[in-house]
Amino acid sequence: MPAMVRKLAQRLGMLQHSFVGGVHPNMHKLTADMVIEDVELAPMFVLPMKQHIGEICSPMVNVGDKVLRGQKIARSEGYLSVPVHAPTSGRVVKIEEHAIPHPSGMGLPSIFIESDGDDLSDQSIAPISDWINTDPTLLRERARMCGLAGLGGAVFPTFIKLVQDKRFPIETVVLNGIECEPYLTNDHRLMCEQSDAILEGMAIIRHMVGAASGIIAIEDNKPDAAQKMQQALDARDDMDGVSVVVLPTRYPQGSEKQLIYTLTGREVPAGKLPMHIGVLCQNVGTTKALRDAVVLGKPLTERIVTVSGDALPNPANLRVRIGTPVRTLFARQGLDDFSDIQIVHGGPMMGERLKHPDFPVVKSSTGLLVMSRPAMGAAHKVEQPCIRCGHCSEACPISLVPNLLADQCRSDQFEKAAQYDLFDCIECGACSYVCPSNIPLVHYFRYGKGQLALQRREQAFAEASRKRSEARDARIARENAEKAARRSQVRQTHAPKVETPKVDVPKTDADKAVGETAESKSVESKE
Amino acid sequence: MTEIALILLSSVLVNNFVLTKFLGICPFLGTSSKVETAVGMSFAVMFVMTVASTVSWLVQQYVLIPLELEYLQTIFFILIIAALVQFIEMMIHKTSPVLYQGLGIFLPLITTNCAVLGVAILNVQQEQTFLTSALYGFGAAVGFALVLILFAGLRERIEVAPVPTLFKGSPLALITAGMMSLAFMGFSGLVKF
Amino acid sequence: MTGLLYALASLGAFALVAGIVLAIAQKVFHIEGDPMVDKLDALLPQTQCGQCGYPGCKPYATAVACGEADVNHCVPGGERTMLQIADLMGVEPKDLEAEPVAPMLAFVREDECIGCTLCIKACPVDAIIGAPKQYHTVIADHCTGCTLCVEPCPVDCIDMLMKPELIEHWSWPLPDTKRAQLGHERREQHAGHG
Repeated sequence: MPAMVRKLAQRLGMLQHSFVGGVHPNMHKLTADMVIEDVELAPMFVLPMKQHIGEICSPMVNVGDKVLRGQKIARSEGYLSVPVHAPTSGRVVKIEEHAIPHPSGMGLPSIFIESDGDDLSDQSIAPISDWINTDPTLLRERARMCGLAGLGGAVFPTFIKLVQDKRFPIETVVLNGIECEPYLTNDHRLMCEQSDAILEGMAIIRHMVGAASGIIAIEDNKPDAAQKMQQALDARDDMDGVSVVVLPTRYPQGSEKQLIYTLTGREVPAGKLPMHIGVLCQNVGTTKALRDAVVLGKPLTERIVTVSGDALPNPANLRVRIGTPVRTLFARQGLDDFSDIQIVHGGPMMGERLKHPDFPVVKSSTGLLVMSRPAMGAAHKVEQPCIRCGHCSEACPISLVPNLLADQCRSDQFEKAAQYDLFDCIECGACSYVCPSNIPLVHYFRYGKGQLALQRREQAFAEASRKRSEARDARIARENAEKAARRSQVRQTHAPKVETPKVDVPKTDADKAVGETAESKSVESKE
Repeated sequence: MTEIALILLSSVLVNNFVLTKFLGICPFLGTSSKVETAVGMSFAVMFVMTVASTVSWLVQQYVLIPLELEYLQTIFFILIIAALVQFIEMMIHKTSPVLYQGLGIFLPLITTNCAVLGVAILNVQQEQTFLTSALYGFGAAVGFALVLILFAGLRERIEVAPVPTLFKGSPLALITAGMMSLAFMGFSGLVKF
Repeated sequence: MTGLLYALASLGAFALVAGIVLAIAQKVFHIEGDPMVDKLDALLPQTQCGQCGYPGCKPYATAVACGEADVNHCVPGGERTMLQIADLMGVEPKDLEAEPVAPMLAFVREDECIGCTLCIKACPVDAIIGAPKQYHTVIADHCTGCTLCVEPCPVDCIDMLMKPELIEHWSWPLPDTKRAQLGHERREQHAGHG
């Protein structure tokens, strides 16, 4: 069916609900059949103080301190924040800035832990095996103190979503096992190997938010995962109202809002969260981590990372301690020469191209891809003029007009772009992928969003400065008035015979009388 | 009823004042760089044109013809239009200072907008009734507003498009206006009188 | 003769009616002050630095609104503020007078500070705290980098430092393709035209 017709039919609701647009990139799931391997302990771990979306943490250990695995080493300061834990036992050797996987190449304050090789665990967090009779708020606090953040790549603090709000009761829990990015197979393997643990996590989430129904969403290019999840589902008796749904493969189906629309036919309004339409969406990896935090009392210190790419000799799915330097991972998989390659953190569609391999694995590291420069070069050809073919509009899963937005961003018309819903863009990269003129559309959107955010920040700062300045002017005026009043009073007491009322004292006289004092000089100089 | 529909259709599309009669080109090019300004200008012109065509009809019928002063037609009509423009200028200044700044000199220049005077004089020439002359004025104004806003929308998009430097700005605006005019020529024959 | 009289009388009467209507309208739509001043003031960076030659941002906004000042005097606002002001006023943009400067922060070297409070009095946004004979310090989050505190310091212990770059405030640059840069330059050349 031509894309236009399909899109029209979808809009009119003639087809089963499915998000509009999308693309079918070559999936390159090289590691789909590879069992998750445990990675040996690295000699040194680097823990950046912010691995989630939100406010930065502050270190609570000192250089020289001994730490155990799972011990909290940095506390969260604000609400939108989760703490950081030590990935193994060892000694804190330094606390200083270190590069993190970020396109800017900039760093964050990080705690360096030298491993002692014993890998002793901190036992202070007690397992809760009887979670079904535990108060949901206690479990929510557990999710927060164990440092859980969305492991699908967005790293939004998990505990925030796990809440019972009377205004927005959660009806459906969606377990996101879509993994629509090419190359990545970490969720796929996790579903195959630890399906029961994932389902227990889902049961905990359902208990926490009180949701009646649940959906486990898997794309049809992972039939083995769907089968394993279905078997595990049948084996459990606490899973009424939960079903496994297999969806046709299409990118970006794994994006939260697109997935919810496809599954429920309900659209999450712009600027709202899924909870506002009664849906909670969790990644399978996060769900498993939640189960470990509750049932085993284990904070988030490891995650599954797909290490892949056409320039990597031995692709694999690895269970990696958070904080492991990626150089050691690449060396383990047979890559030592970093001269003619590109490193991508995350998937190839939404991940960041990084300038160097000197960064640690963090909570958001779904994948680490090593691409040869020719392969990347093919994907980044010279930008040609827009020929208005409209492919980008057809591919856009949120029905934006990418070519127009890119034009607006390029010519710095950010407010105009915002009117055309620039901020609803999820940066999925479908438009850039289909563009026959190789226009880096998403890059333009990121530029536009950044510049507009900068402008708004500056406006807010200017507004705050204006208020302070006005408050200062008002204060000085008040002080001057008070001084003038005091002086006229002084004059009256010194000359009691004059019976003129206070208001009649000529102002110029009052000013002159005390004009010589140093105090008033400084006041005048201020003005 | 058919007559009303025909008058509206013909004045909005077929005999569009800007694109087929080529009246009011000055504000058409001058206030079309932003859609917001174009919308403001459209409403101002709509008000002035509709009221001017009705009032001028009344003046023509009840002052000029009885007193045999038809030779004063232009002066009277301009007086009416100028007063109306002054009125709308004050109103816009009060209600939307930004629009007032944006329209700038083009707001008082509605007075010399030939489309406004054109409607008033055409009403007299074609011997319209009171109702049809009001409708004709309103229809002409809607036609003006339609093409002005369409043109502003086009120009906003052209402005961000990578076009050769040679054409940037006014040249491309004029070419666009010409093509819009060609398109509107296509409406002739839509209504047969 | 009567024709001429009729003409004069009717024209005069009509003009009188129009005049009365307009006079009433003037009363109804009377505006207090200039509403443009607040809108212009909102565009300015509110550093109150006085580099425009006016004592603060609001006075400059007032001067621009009544046509006394050009749109290109705001130094910290840079190119963008100039374009926004020109856009709001509906005038052609002008070249900036001064080179744009990187955002700065004032910093008091505390061991040299004698606690004279002169800088506190100079700060237009109350971003310096301290008391007589006590060390003063600059609240970094409130400092606008206006440099007004540097001059009054009797011991020259205030430095202007570059504002530190934060990873949270990092934003993507324009794509480094030729077309992107070209389109951007062209836009800047023609900013505000048409």
